[in-house]
Amino acid sequence: MTQLKEKKDRDTTFSKPLFRSPFYDFFAAQETEGHWYDWNGYKSPTILSDEELEYFSIRSTCSVFDITPLNKYRIVGSQAEEFLNKLTVRNVAKQNVATVKYTLWCDQEGFVIDDGTLFRISDNDFRLCSQEKHLPWLIDTSHGFDVEIIDESKHVCGISLQGPTSASLLRLLGVNGIDNLKPFHLFQTKISNIPIMISRTGFTGDLGYEIFMKNNVANKFIERVWNAGTNHGITAIGYNALNMARIEAGFIVANIDFISSDHAIRPNRCRRPDDLGLGWLVDLNKGFFNGKKAILNSKLEDSEAFKIYALEIDGKEPAEGSVIYYNKKDEVGTVTSAIWSPMAKKSIALAQLKLGSSKSKMENLWVEIYSLKELQYHKLMKKVSIVKPPFINLARRSACPPSNC
Amino acid sequence: MQSVGKNFDVIVIGSGHNGLVNACYLQKAGLNVLVLEKNDWIGGAAVSRELHPGILYSNCSYVCSLFRPEIMRDLELPKHGLQIVAIEGGTVFTKDGDYLASFRNYHAKKRELERFSVKDSESYSRYSRDILKQCRFIQPLLMRTAPDPASFKFRDLSEMLYILRKVNDLTASELADTVRFWTMSISDFLDEYFENDVIKASLAVSGIIGTALGPMSPGTAYVLLHHYMGEVDGSIGAWGYARGGMGAISKALTSSFRAMGGTLLNNSEVEKVDIRGARVKGVILKNGDEYLAKNVVSNADVKRTFLKLTDPEHLPPNFIKKVNNFKIRGSSGKVNIALDSMPNFPVISENNPCLKGDIHFTDSIERMERAYDDWKMGTWSRDPFLDMMIPTLTDPTMAPPGKHFMSCFVQYCPPKVGGQNWTKENKDAFGETVIQQIADYSPGFKDKILHMEVRTPKELEEEVGLTEGNIFQGELTFDQLLFNRPIPGYAQYRSPIKGLYMCGSSTHPGGGVMGAPGRNAAVEILKDLNLPDSDIRDAYEVL
Repeated sequence: MTQLKEKKDRDTTFSKPLFRSPFYDFFAAQETEGHWYDWNGYKSPTILSDEELEYFSIRSTCSVFDITPLNKYRIVGSQAEEFLNKLTVRNVAKQNVATVKYTLWCDQEGFVIDDGTLFRISDNDFRLCSQEKHLPWLIDTSHGFDVEIIDESKHVCGISLQGPTSASLLRLLGVNGIDNLKPFHLFQTKISNIPIMISRTGFTGDLGYEIFMKNNVANKFIERVWNAGTNHGITAIGYNALNMARIEAGFIVANIDFISSDHAIRPNRCRRPDDLGLGWLVDLNKGFFNGKKAILNSKLEDSEAFKIYALEIDGKEPAEGSVIYYNKKDEVGTVTSAIWSPMAKKSIALAQLKLGSSKSKMENLWVEIYSLKELQYHKLMKKVSIVKPPFINLARRSACPPSNC
Repeated sequence: MQSVGKNFDVIVIGSGHNGLVNACYLQKAGLNVLVLEKNDWIGGAAVSRELHPGILYSNCSYVCSLFRPEIMRDLELPKHGLQIVAIEGGTVFTKDGDYLASFRNYHAKKRELERFSVKDSESYSRYSRDILKQCRFIQPLLMRTAPDPASFKFRDLSEMLYILRKVNDLTASELADTVRFWTMSISDFLDEYFENDVIKASLAVSGIIGTALGPMSPGTAYVLLHHYMGEVDGSIGAWGYARGGMGAISKALTSSFRAMGGTLLNNSEVEKVDIRGARVKGVILKNGDEYLAKNVVSNADVKRTFLKLTDPEHLPPNFIKKVNNFKIRGSSGKVNIALDSMPNFPVISENNPCLKGDIHFTDSIERMERAYDDWKMGTWSRDPFLDMMIPTLTDPTMAPPGKHFMSCFVQYCPPKVGGQNWTKENKDAFGETVIQQIADYSPGFKDKILHMEVRTPKELEEEVGLTEGNIFQGELTFDQLLFNRPIPGYAQYRSPIKGLYMCGSSTHPGGGVMGAPGRNAAVEILKDLNLPDSDIRDAYEVL
C-alpha cells in the first residue's frame, strides 16, 4: 500500500498522473524539442533533441537512456529457482550466478504473457525485468514456494549506456572488471562510492550496459556519468532512437509486435513462443511450468497461427502498419514495426504473417505501402523477403574485452 | 364511453423512453401513432422537472451510457437537441477519513488504486479485459430479438444458431468464464481479482444497483455487466450526462416523434386495453375516453400491462401465473436535492475532479450486504448505499451558477415497510437517513438544502408507474433474461392477445435507459404488419 498521508500528496494522482523517474530532471534538462510519452505510467521522452542524432549516438558514440519505467521484480528465497522454473519457459537451473538471460513466460494455455530479462544476482536472489506489470501473476504462481516477491519498480532505477564508447566511459569512471564482463554477465560495483549493479545487456544489438541503482543515488550517478562522458560523445536519447536500434537488432516488444495474452480481448490474438520465433527458449525437458502442456499439445497441431517474421522490403519507403499480401492479392498479415535502417541501408520490418506450412508462399510476398506525399498517397506494392534476424550483426556487441570505440 | 379523435394505427401506452423510441420507429415507418401519457410531464423515468425554481432535476434515472447510439442516429436525436457529455471522476469516502477516487485518466485511476493496493492496481487491467470480453459477447445480442428455443420457426432456429456460433467462438475457458459470470455473485467475482475492501466496494456498486439482491447474492455479477455494456462515443463502459438532465432524452425523442407527425397526449391515463374477440380494438382512458387502434404497445411493465390494464378473461391462466411470479421487487429510492451552494467535503481538495462523478459512502462489501439485510427485514437500510451525483458540476443548464442539483440513488428501500404501506413519517425518516449519511462527510450540508424530493418505491410506483418501484421493470437475473424475459414463450414483444405488444424494460434486453426494447419491439410489430423495417439500422458491429 503506497500511503500518501498528506492531502497534497494524494492530489498528485490526478494532477500528475504520470510518474517521474529519478532521472526525469536530468533528461528534461537535455531536451530542446520536448516530446514525451507514457511508458508504463512514467513520463518518458520520445525525442529530446534530434531523433537521428540520438540514434547515431547508439551506433557511433555512447547513448544514455532511462530504463527506470521497466518493471523490476526482486525474487528471493530458498525456492526462488524452482519458482522461476515454474514461471518462465527457460531452465533457470542452468542459469549461472552473475548472468542475465532473456526469457518469457506464458499463461496456462501456453500463450505468451510477456518477455523480459532475468538477472541471477546470487543462488537465491533474482531480478526479473519486464515491459508489462505482472505482480498478481507472480504472486499467484508463487503459491506454495518459499519465495518472496518484491516489486522494486518504484525503488530501483536504471540507466542504459549503449554504444561503441560505452566501455571506455565506464573504464574512465573507474569500473574495474569492465574488460572481463562478457555479454549477458553482471557484477556489483561502485562508481564514486555509489553502489550499482552493472550488466552487459541492452536493447540495441550494440556494445552496451545496463546499470541499476537505488533511487536516492540517481542524481549523483547521472551527474558523474554525464560529466565523464563529454569526450566520449555521450548523448541523452529518447525512445524513438532506441526503437530504431531495437528493430535493427530484431528484438520484439510486447503489445507492439505481439499482444500479451494478459491484454488480448480477442482470443485469436494470443501467441505461443514458437509463433514469436522464440521456441528455442522453451525447455520442454524440465518439469512443470506454466503453459507446458499446451505448448506440447500445440506442437502436434498443424499450426495455422500468425508468426512473427523479419522482413526486408524493396525500395526506400518504411512500411509501418502496412498490409502484407501473398501474390499481391491475398492478405497474409500486418507489419508491426518498420524503419529505414541507417546501418543496413535497407527498409526493414517485423511483421506477423499467417503463411501456414507452405514454403512457396514465402517466395511471393508483397507489401502495400501507402506513402503520403503532400496530401496524396502513393500506393506502392513492394517485394518482401523473409530474412533471419538480426538485420545487423556488430562484432563489437560481443567482443571481449570490449573495444575502445 | 365515447370515441374521441380519429383512429390510429398504433397506440403506445406510456411516454417512457422505450415507449417513445417504439413510437418514433413506427411513426417513421409510416404508421399513425398515438402516445398516451398519464402525467402532465413526459418521459416516465427519463424525466427532468423543475421542482425548485431555476433548478432542474433528473428525478429518476440520472446518468446515460446504455442508450444505443444506433437509435440516437436513426431518430436524429442530436438534431432534436440531445447531447451526451462524458463524466469525469468518481469517489468512495472511507470511514477512516480517506477516499478512493476514480478518474477517466488511466494512470490517475491506477495510481489511486495503488494507494490502496499495488497488486489490485495491477489486477485492474486483467479485470477490465475480462469484463470487456463479456461485454463483447453480450453487446450484439442487445439489438436482436431473443429466439424462442422451443420454436421450430426458421428465424428462431437461425437466431439460436447465431447465439450458438457466438458460444462456439469462445474457447473452453472463456465459455466457463461466461457461464460463471452470468450466475455468480459480484462479491465472489471481485474476489478473483482484488484483495482490498474499498476497491471491491467501489467496483461492486454496478452489481447491485436497481436489484433486490445483495453483493453476495448469486446473479449480481451479470447486473454489473449490464451496467458496463453501454458506451459514450465508443468508450465502452463509460457513463455520461444528458445535457439538461435525463429528461433531455425524452424531450429529444418527443421532438423527433412530433416532427414526424406523431401525436402525444398528456394527462391521459389508460384504464384498460379494449379487447374484443381475442384482438385489440383500442384503449379506454380513466376519464372514459376511448381511442381506437388495431395495435396497442404497452411501455408499462409486464405486471401492470397484464394484471391491471388487461382483463384476465382474455389471458391463459398459466400466463397470468407467470406474470404474477415475475420478479419485480422494489429495492431502491431516490432523494433529489436542490442545493444553495456546493457542499464541502473536507477530505477532498477543491481542484480534485473526482466529485464530478459518482460519489459513494459505502467502503466495504460487508456494509453493502448488511444494508441488504435491512431490506430483507422489511425496512430501508439504516446505513444505506448511496450513488450520489452532482450533475451541475458538469452541466450548466440545470441550475444557476453556484447552485447545484444533487441526485442520490438510495439502496436499499423496500416497497412496503414491515409489510405496511409507507407513511409520511417513514418517508421523512428515510430522507433523513440519507441526508445524515452525506452530512457525516460534509459538515454544514443540511444548511445548504433548498428543496428535497424524496421518492420511495411507493412514489416511483404511483408517479412513474413502475410496479414496486423496480427501476428495471423486473430483475436482471439469469432466469429473467433473453428468451425468458419477461416470460418464456413471450420474449418477442408479443402477448397472448393479437395486436397487444410490450416494449418496456420488462422485455429483452432489460432495464436502463437503453431504448433497445422499444426498438426491437418496433421491428416485430412491423414484421406482423408486413411493413419494411429498412429505417431501423442493425446494431453497429463489434469488431
